[in-house]
Amino acid sequence: MRIRKAGRQERAFRFLLFSCVPAFLIFLSGSLSAEPVVIGSKKFTESYVLGEIAKRTLNDANIPAEHRQGMGGTIILWQALQGGQIDAYPEYTGTIVQEILKSTDAMAGAVIAEALGKRGIGMTKPLGFNNTYALVMLRRRADPLGIRTISDLRKHPDLKFGLTHEFLDRQDGWSPLVVAYGLSSPNVAGIDHALGYDALRTGQIDVKDAYSTDAKIAQYDLVVLADDQKFFPRYDAVFLYRLSMNEKAIAALRGLEGKISEGTMTRLNAEAERTKDYSQAASLFFDSSPGPDGNSTRLTSRVSRSRGGENLGHKLVRWTTRHLELAGFSLLLSILAGVPLGIWASRGGGIGHLILGFAGVVQTIPSLALLALLVPLPFFGISVRTAIVALFLYGLLPIVRNTATGLQDIPRGLRESAIALGLNPAARLWQIYLPIASRSILAGIKTSAVINIGTATLAALIGAGGLGEPILSGLNLNDHATILQGAIPAAILALLVQWFFDLLDRVLIPKGLRL
Amino acid sequence: MTADPLVQLIGISKTFAGAAAVHEVDISIEHGKTTVLIGPSGCGKSTLLRLIIGLLEPDSGEIRFDGAPLHTGEIDRIRHRIGYVIQEGGLFPHLTARRNVLLMARHLGRAENETVSRLSELCALARFPENLLDRYPLELSGGQRQRVSLMRALMLSPELLLLDEPLGALDPLVRAALQKDLKEIFARLNQTALLITHDLAEAAYLGNKIILMNEGRIVQQGLLTELREKPASEFVTTFINAQRSLAVL
Ligand SMILES: Nc1ncnc2c1ncn2[C@@H]1O[C@H](COP(=O)(O)OP(=O)(O)O)[C@@H](O)[C@H]1O
Ligand SMILES: [Mg+2]
Repeated sequence: MRIRKAGRQERAFRFLLFSCVPAFLIFLSGSLSAEPVVIGSKKFTESYVLGEIAKRTLNDANIPAEHRQGMGGTIILWQALQGGQIDAYPEYTGTIVQEILKSTDAMAGAVIAEALGKRGIGMTKPLGFNNTYALVMLRRRADPLGIRTISDLRKHPDLKFGLTHEFLDRQDGWSPLVVAYGLSSPNVAGIDHALGYDALRTGQIDVKDAYSTDAKIAQYDLVVLADDQKFFPRYDAVFLYRLSMNEKAIAALRGLEGKISEGTMTRLNAEAERTKDYSQAASLFFDSSPGPDGNSTRLTSRVSRSRGGENLGHKLVRWTTRHLELAGFSLLLSILAGVPLGIWASRGGGIGHLILGFAGVVQTIPSLALLALLVPLPFFGISVRTAIVALFLYGLLPIVRNTATGLQDIPRGLRESAIALGLNPAARLWQIYLPIASRSILAGIKTSAVINIGTATLAALIGAGGLGEPILSGLNLNDHATILQGAIPAAILALLVQWFFDLLDRVLIPKGLRL
Repeated sequence: MTADPLVQLIGISKTFAGAAAVHEVDISIEHGKTTVLIGPSGCGKSTLLRLIIGLLEPDSGEIRFDGAPLHTGEIDRIRHRIGYVIQEGGLFPHLTARRNVLLMARHLGRAENETVSRLSELCALARFPENLLDRYPLELSGGQRQRVSLMRALMLSPELLLLDEPLGALDPLVRAALQKDLKEIFARLNQTALLITHDLAEAAYLGNKIILMNEGRIVQQGLLTELREKPASEFVTTFINAQRSLAVL
């Protein structure tokens, strides 16, 4: 009788490594299959609401549609649109001219449409409101100083400006405004849009940038400083869409042209910020206006309301499931690539240094920057795929490093005994070296898992969902309760993962090493 | 045929980072004999053993095993014919004593009933209680670990046994017991062995031939009495006296 016994740990290792691969491939193929019309939106309230309105309008026309909320800024949305990850999103004419077409001069609507058309993108006529940039101050701060216009700021060089990063970086933003108004070396800090309102209220800053339909203007009693030099171009809201999108969908979106007034939009924005519920706010538009397709309005608003009214439990399950998918699949990839790379690196030499060096460098790239680097690449774009790849890269270093050091720390006597016995290299690795290094390797995997749970919250930035979704929209609305809906489950998940791996240690680390 | 030595080292040299660890060494290991390598720490004893089992390759010279030069290509087959025991035992901590001993037999697909009876035989030979076989190395004493290590080395009935200070880390009582058992085992099996020690008394007790090394070279080889009475150099006398004065203390 011939006997060949693989150890229990060894079998467990192999099982872990190989059983999950098919599952992962199925997951990938699933994410590539045909999708409904995808509407994107930028990371601020009005864009969310317009996204919801578009989705409902399409549904009214019996076109399946989904809305990826708050995917990021102009560049990310524009690239996603061109790359086909989304089919349409709300944009502003001023932004199109300056940021997308990179023109310094104002352009007529027809000229813009023609330029976009050459890139396969269509544009609706204005939806009916102009949401231009504005500088705002608290009324109780501006009035005593007699500030009414942007020009008046010249007389108060000591005022503190808190401006969004996008405004600071835009071609039609801060730098040319300083020149146009001749402001002298103002005191400026970059700050998140929603947090900026808090800073304004508490007096940490005096002036911030805002949008002219911003709900906060009424809420906080702000003064919009008059643009006396007519510096800001028009920002008429429109929808951009792929010309290849189906004609019915295009017609449905065009049905919104001229339908949303400035007053309506400000009201919808205020409602969205008050209820923290974008579909609810969007439904106000359908209730108050005879929608583009009057007959089905009532039906869709009911449908949307039930979606909007999705209870917290369901939402938590959805976010958590997606979060675990993101962290889990990326961890799996990190293990599949990291352990072999670690084995390779443990042999030292030039390649070993190269591998450890590469993994180390990836770790030093800020997660946001890594996402931004991946998004423009052809295969990636705004997708779950990109999030998983970014998380995979982040998870690599702890696994590679711990595998390499775990193997290198095996005492010389054991290493030489394994060779001197005459075991072949594969048997040495599987039966001797990897089990002895298992504690270190598992510690690396545990570190990656915990890091991934935390970093996966950033996936929401590129529309990949997860527990980052409530954190981002909470941050956007400056609503702590919403932030905690994401932050608390994420923290609990991290603890559970830690606990799970402590259990796994007992199964996978051979008993002889735990004495 | 049996007159030929089992292992021959001919003009073997090995240099580490410019420093010669072993220099122009010639050694013959005779069938059925226990050859002992002795010498101060760092004189190149372990390096010689590593060269024989192919953990290192010589810079120059030739090693012959059973008449044929060692080839890297078939080194594993030669390794199956050699047992190797090191000071700390070299037992794999994640495997029980039993699995350590049976590792190679299983790897080579030996018949289970043969290996099981071989294991009982070895337990008796090495005086290792069978009821401890399912313990992990960390659950055994130093002396027990060395007995298991010896059993592992003997499992495939090797023609040559290499022992690198196998008793070096043991306390004197355990050490004495193991010395006696080793001598018996070598005699019973008519085992060809090459043993490293830094203890002259152990060398004299276990060895048929003593090879004294210093700074990578062989200083003298022969019986202890030859070394004592006809020292080849001042170093031989100094080395022997240093050990003797320790024994007197
Ligand atoms: N892998 C190695 N790399 C560098 N130097 C080594 C290595 N192995 C042994 N040496 C050196 O070679 C010399 C002989 O070592 P060794 O054979 O272990 O001596 P011994 O076993 O007689 O105490 C020592 O000077 C030691 O430092
Ligand atoms: Mg040594």
